[in-house]
Amino acid sequence: MRRREFLACGASAAAAGALFTSRLSFANATGTGRSRLVFVILRGALDGLAAVPPYGDRDYASLRRDLAFSASNVLPLNDMFGLHPSLAFLQESFAARELIVFHAIASPYRERSHFDGQDVLENGYVRAHAAQSGWLNRALAAVAADGRATNKELGVALGQNVPLVMRGPAAVTSWSPSKLAALDDDTLERITDLYAADPLLAGRLADALAADAIAMAPNAAGEMPANRPLDGGTPNRLSSDVGTQLAPAKLRSKAAGSPGARYTEVIHAAAEFLRREDGPKVAVFDTTGWDTHANEGAAQGQLAGRLAALDAGLRSLKEQLGPVWNETAVVLATEFGRTAAINGTHGTDHGTATAAFLVGGAVRGGRVIADWPGLSSRGLYQGRDLMPTLDIRSVLKGVLGEHLLVPSRALEATVFPDSGGVKPLGDLIRT
Amino acid sequence: MLEKPSSAIAANRFGLGAQPGELTAINGNGRDWLRAQLKGSPPGINDAQLRDSSDILAQALDLRREIRESRVSAAASGAALLKVPQLLRPIYVSEVTARFRQAVTTDRPFIERLTQFWANHFAVSVDKSLLLGLAGSLEREAIRPNVLGRFSDLLLAVERHPAMLIYLDNHLSVGPNSKAARNVERRHAERKIGINENLAREILELHTLGVGGGYTQADVTTFAEVITGWSIGGEQGRHPRGDPGKFMFRAELHEPGAKQVLGKRYADTGYDQGVAVLRDLASHPSTAHFIATKLARHFIADDPPGKAVDRIARAYLDSGGDLPTVYRALVDCPEAWADPLAKYKTPNDYIVSTFRGLEIPPDTGHASVAPFELLGQRTYGPGSPAGWPDRSADWDGASALMKRVEWADAVGQRVGNRRNAMELAPQLLGGTLSDGTRTAIARAASGAQAVTLLLAAPEFMRR
Repeated sequence: MRRREFLACGASAAAAGALFTSRLSFANATGTGRSRLVFVILRGALDGLAAVPPYGDRDYASLRRDLAFSASNVLPLNDMFGLHPSLAFLQESFAARELIVFHAIASPYRERSHFDGQDVLENGYVRAHAAQSGWLNRALAAVAADGRATNKELGVALGQNVPLVMRGPAAVTSWSPSKLAALDDDTLERITDLYAADPLLAGRLADALAADAIAMAPNAAGEMPANRPLDGGTPNRLSSDVGTQLAPAKLRSKAAGSPGARYTEVIHAAAEFLRREDGPKVAVFDTTGWDTHANEGAAQGQLAGRLAALDAGLRSLKEQLGPVWNETAVVLATEFGRTAAINGTHGTDHGTATAAFLVGGAVRGGRVIADWPGLSSRGLYQGRDLMPTLDIRSVLKGVLGEHLLVPSRALEATVFPDSGGVKPLGDLIRT
Repeated sequence: MLEKPSSAIAANRFGLGAQPGELTAINGNGRDWLRAQLKGSPPGINDAQLRDSSDILAQALDLRREIRESRVSAAASGAALLKVPQLLRPIYVSEVTARFRQAVTTDRPFIERLTQFWANHFAVSVDKSLLLGLAGSLEREAIRPNVLGRFSDLLLAVERHPAMLIYLDNHLSVGPNSKAARNVERRHAERKIGINENLAREILELHTLGVGGGYTQADVTTFAEVITGWSIGGEQGRHPRGDPGKFMFRAELHEPGAKQVLGKRYADTGYDQGVAVLRDLASHPSTAHFIATKLARHFIADDPPGKAVDRIARAYLDSGGDLPTVYRALVDCPEAWADPLAKYKTPNDYIVSTFRGLEIPPDTGHASVAPFELLGQRTYGPGSPAGWPDRSADWDGASALMKRVEWADAVGQRVGNRRNAMELAPQLLGGTLSDGTRTAIARAASGAQAVTLLLAAPEFMRR
């Protein structure tokens, strides 16, 4: 029997003892109610002025020149703001009052390094490299410490490794679909023994098995998940060709096809985890390619393609979550924005404030929240970037408090230290 | 006790993983073994298949132009656009194959690790389309020949290389008061052309001073103006053509005038203005500290001890950035020899050390590319100019570990009884081999499983 089959059908008690000595238990996650949260990191600095064009601002068109949108090609939200034409699902969500768009928003980071900017977005502090843990993990730890969670663990990172935002004291796991044949039980047990004296590897192996158990188990309707190996776990090894169990053609096909194909696997896995009563309640994944220095495009082009893929991915997430969508809030955030004016190469350079999104059935949406600073040269930050007027920690504190029920004292003390002056936004979530 | 881990540290941390017999040859003299590798010129890669970047780039640009000019219908252009990746993908595969073979077979693994370190320091990423064909040539042409030279020469070679100019958009950057910009403005008032600050920013932030190294936004913008004109030869309207695919300074794109960067004035000497700024950046104390920190993080610990960083930075400054002097200072740090398993292997380390340890002939074609993709470190694909991260927490995820042991199991199946893990374990792990691992291997149910357990062992996961 191969491991995934074994986990799926519950297995014998003796072997299960060895395998399920996990730090994780996904069972009975009552601490956060039924709420689900997805945090999507848009790495590379999303151009908020293209994703959510302020087409009603009188200085906008001259700054953006041939990349400017107008009333004729945005998906309008109100007289001032529209959505990029690639964001059809988000527009539908806005109409269904399930989307809040935030604009002129930024983390406390005020320089222009991607890597430090992402660090601040994830660590929840004011400075880069201030902590080796992330705000989302510390929020989960606070929920567990509050004694309301009967489980110790609530989070999963969709990917091989855990991004900073999800690292920290609370036990979390990572999961990604495997293209390699599973280990047989005997080998797995021996490796588990081999790691007995190594806390890091023992913990990670147990976490991986716990995540696999969720991902590979049949759902409530008794259906097997689609990402279970199609061959039922039968090894498919080519003896001379280590690491090529998957035909290259199949690997490449993932990148092709519909706009959403880019996120198919990760969205599927996220839905698989979040749908389950006994699964993790928080999922994180990241997306790249937003660093549009040259030939950014407008209604068509580089950025349009990436936004279309993201939009299709979110639509697919809603479809796959089914009724659980109503308990779900998805936050999409990036490290900073881009210059207000286009640069000399039909793109935009690193900037400051940008746009962010909160979407989901649990969201009190249909609103744009922005204290708009304007794009006049006096309104710009350092004469070049959209001025930040909203701290993203306000949004995150609001979501964590209302949706995951993170106690406010924890939000101030451990989740977002040094954020005393940053008040949580209220009424973001339906009650 | 001290002697044996020293051999394992030399081979596994500073090298690319012990080959059978390597620890015996080191014989406890890890420092000498490493120092000896620094002598002589750096080894090149001899592979007749590999082509010059200028050749690859000229062909790719020709192909792009043909596609542009021959575009008839939308459907036909879709198929035509695929021709560029179809040209570049086999080039990428042969570059990765050659690099992999070199890593697995070299008898100067310290030099190879240093080459890979610098390739990651000056990272480009194949998710930008032309880089699929150029990333390998950047390493071969700009990094390998300079890995035992001066940092300033390495820096200049990288920043001039077409792969870097294209990756960070500098070939498109135009001085707003340059001849070319003024011509365009005269003819098309509505068009805006100007600088792109991408390369300038990343040179300061990622290649030299480091973030917080003392530069401002004004320095970024001015430095971007300094390097306007650093471009590539090939068709360019009525301007000089130059050698297609090769570095070319295009005076007509260069922003005229003297410029001030980091408080120092640079007269307008055209191309040499950029060279002068790069030379000064290379000798800046912030650069010394930044590079020392990255080397210490790679070779000593995730959070490198300050003393070691200071020692390496001092060697850098005292020698004018002479890299072998810097490497010797690194090897001399007592901290590098204190904790034998301080670093968690990256997927690349793990795969290369497996092939070296088991003496498996490196794969070719797609098989040489696949394991790096499966284990989460696609060669030349870090996705950002910051390169791959270098801390345990970046690589030790649960899912990543599971993939590693699944792959180890596939390798075990592949070599089966043709390798004796019991004999190999002390040869690969030396003084770091634990009793627990020895016992587990001894009790394995098959030769294949014994190999899997050796590769899955905690001490083989680290270096």
